[in-house]
Amino acid sequence: MTVRAPGRRQMHLAAYVPGVDSTTVWADPRAGSQIGFASFERLARTAERGLFDFFLLAEGLRLREHRGRIHDLDVVGRPESITVLNALAAVTERIGLAATADATFNEPYELARRFATLDHLSGGRAAWHVVTSSDALTGENFRRGGFLDPAERYPRAAEFLDAARELWDSWTSDGVSRPFSHRGQHFDIAGEFGVARSPQGQPVVIQAGDSEEGREFAASAADAVFARYGGLEAGRAFYADVKGRLAKYGRAPGDLKIMPGVTFVLGDTDAEAREKAAEIRRQQVSPRHAILALERIWGTDLSSYDPDGPLPDFDPVPVSKPALAQGRVRSADPVRVAERWRALSRAKGLSIRQTVIEASGRHSFVGTPRSVADALDTFVREEAADGFVLGPDLTPGGLAEFVDLVVPLLQERGAFRTEYTGATLRSHLGLGEPVWTG
Amino acid sequence: MTSTHGRGLLHLAAAVDQQGLFDADSYVESARLAERGGLDFVTLGDSFARPGPDALGVLARVAPATARIGLVPTVTTTHTEPFQVQAAVATLDWVSGGRAGWQLDVSATEAEARLFGRRRAEPGDALWREAGEVAHVAARLWDSWEDDAEIRDAATGRFVDRDKLHHVDFQGTEFSVKGPSTVPRPPQGHPVRVVDATEGQARETAARYADVALVRAVSAAQAGAVRDELRVAAKDLGRDPDGLRVLASLVVDLGGGEHAAEPGHGGGGPRPSVHGPLYRGGPVDLAELIAAWHTSGIVDGFHLVPAEPRRDLERLVNGTVALLQHRSLFRTFYPGRTLREHLGLARPANQYAGPVVAAGGAS
Repeated sequence: MTVRAPGRRQMHLAAYVPGVDSTTVWADPRAGSQIGFASFERLARTAERGLFDFFLLAEGLRLREHRGRIHDLDVVGRPESITVLNALAAVTERIGLAATADATFNEPYELARRFATLDHLSGGRAAWHVVTSSDALTGENFRRGGFLDPAERYPRAAEFLDAARELWDSWTSDGVSRPFSHRGQHFDIAGEFGVARSPQGQPVVIQAGDSEEGREFAASAADAVFARYGGLEAGRAFYADVKGRLAKYGRAPGDLKIMPGVTFVLGDTDAEAREKAAEIRRQQVSPRHAILALERIWGTDLSSYDPDGPLPDFDPVPVSKPALAQGRVRSADPVRVAERWRALSRAKGLSIRQTVIEASGRHSFVGTPRSVADALDTFVREEAADGFVLGPDLTPGGLAEFVDLVVPLLQERGAFRTEYTGATLRSHLGLGEPVWTG
Repeated sequence: MTSTHGRGLLHLAAAVDQQGLFDADSYVESARLAERGGLDFVTLGDSFARPGPDALGVLARVAPATARIGLVPTVTTTHTEPFQVQAAVATLDWVSGGRAGWQLDVSATEAEARLFGRRRAEPGDALWREAGEVAHVAARLWDSWEDDAEIRDAATGRFVDRDKLHHVDFQGTEFSVKGPSTVPRPPQGHPVRVVDATEGQARETAARYADVALVRAVSAAQAGAVRDELRVAAKDLGRDPDGLRVLASLVVDLGGGEHAAEPGHGGGGPRPSVHGPLYRGGPVDLAELIAAWHTSGIVDGFHLVPAEPRRDLERLVNGTVALLQHRSLFRTFYPGRTLREHLGLARPANQYAGPVVAAGGAS
């Protein structure tokens, strides 16, 4: 047990199991099943052993396609998140259980009901990671079909969340159900909600997305932000910007936790860690991955290019319809990205594959357990983050090293809890009881 | 194992519904009790029209706390997303190691329609036709991954063989789905589909898609007639009728302890009640009734709904089931691991697998 330094702000930690992007190194001999429950149980138990705040699962609504065919280079397929988390509630006791769920293709009544159920079954550990999508490809699997005007994504998500909270608040805490009615631009619903007020009152709401609308949505309505930025300075800027938006909604800075998604590589020495990181990057970016990453930017067939040769000398083609890489957002400004990549290649004499490795998806924290603990702590002290969402490279073993080696060092310096003090995810995150507005 | 005369193994299931209960513990306890009795499966009903937790979520919570018993939540098909429903059912099969079932039901009231605000209430026969489409597309999506699609071929850098993943391109009357599923083919291939075929409007969907049909029958004659009709209809639809298990569904009130069934039951049989056919009597007499209906080939088994959840499930397992086991009429342990194995149903072949891949394909 460590005495916490007075006034010391403790960080929050979460684990994110993305499953289906190139973060996950499936070809490693230590890589296990991406679908079997045992893998999820092991990851969640490891995170709970590390006293993490929550365990977050991604959502799949459509398999990714590239040039009209199923993308086959990364992990493909995953179980449905909320169902897995209900099962994990049986084999964990304290850790928060967060599911990603889309606000475009779901409906408030059903989703609010599923999350309220998870909150009951887990004794107050449920969280909803709200995401939005607008692509027609995903819509082809759903009743509404088609797509949503991108400008309507956040308005719909915000109204969706409002409606869900009205449902969660429609029962009094002493078990009386009262009728609800919500009429807005996107939803016109009324009746009685079928689930009694859950232990947390309202499940925790996590928002992802870095856009202007996304930041505003987070500031107005979310309990935590799953942020995507690299570097201390970018983090400080994001943190100040988003926290600065809270006051106009009558919220205090502590009401919204900012937690960037990060990756890590540990070694006995910093040099060893760097070498391991380079090796993982080579596994993540195979020769075929490199060509594919290039095609996503250039928007055209580059299969005749040599991954070990130079980059194309022409500019990306205008956005093709249908998009070449479906189920994935093409870079907003491919010409600029291409320019940057070519400059990088020229400056360092890098091949296509080396350029992709260098330019994309570098590990956030690489070093000895002590240097990684230092760096994480610095981020929190310097107000670049309230905590981190860790994405391990390996399923299901990829968290153990962090939990066994880094967590104790964070605890030693009073930067992380040494035990769970509460039973609910809200209490882990230091969030107050939601105000009942029923 | 199974004969066309319905004198195959006896199958037993129990409902674990408990009104207004949201905590996990009681559901876990009930499922464990049913598992101690070797029951094929437990059911948990669900409806947007009344208070209660999401049934599939509850049984996912129960899955790691049990080892063998089948888990069959109701999941409705009217206001839900077919793609999400099949993914959740497939995932229940994954987290339970092949013990998932799914009882299909429809949402027929205007009050339920208002909760979603997407469509008006519709007549039951139209909703059951749509439920059939959901059952159909679910099977296609479960098959949209061949069992050996995941190859992890480090040499070529390919995680899956994409020739073994299939768009389903389903166009229904109310919805369409492109596919493939985001969830790999579940352990049972197809989780067990259950339909309450008591009402005529659900019967064709049951005959076409159900692995297990429930019949709320007040008499042996009624149960037998529905079973015969379902088997004929299944055969006409090109199915092997022996791939369909028909269970009589009764509410059981065992509050009378060891007393004989009430005289009004007419030989100890069930009688109508507002909750459906009700058997009221002792556990021993219930065992007699089960043995009699099953031995004479009227049904393949029973789905029993405790009138008083905890009391009656306990009496059912420790009284009725124990007696049936003692008489060697019911299993004393689970020889199989999956719900299909308990029910004596084969793991279905994949409609997309094989040398010729049909564009559509039946399910």
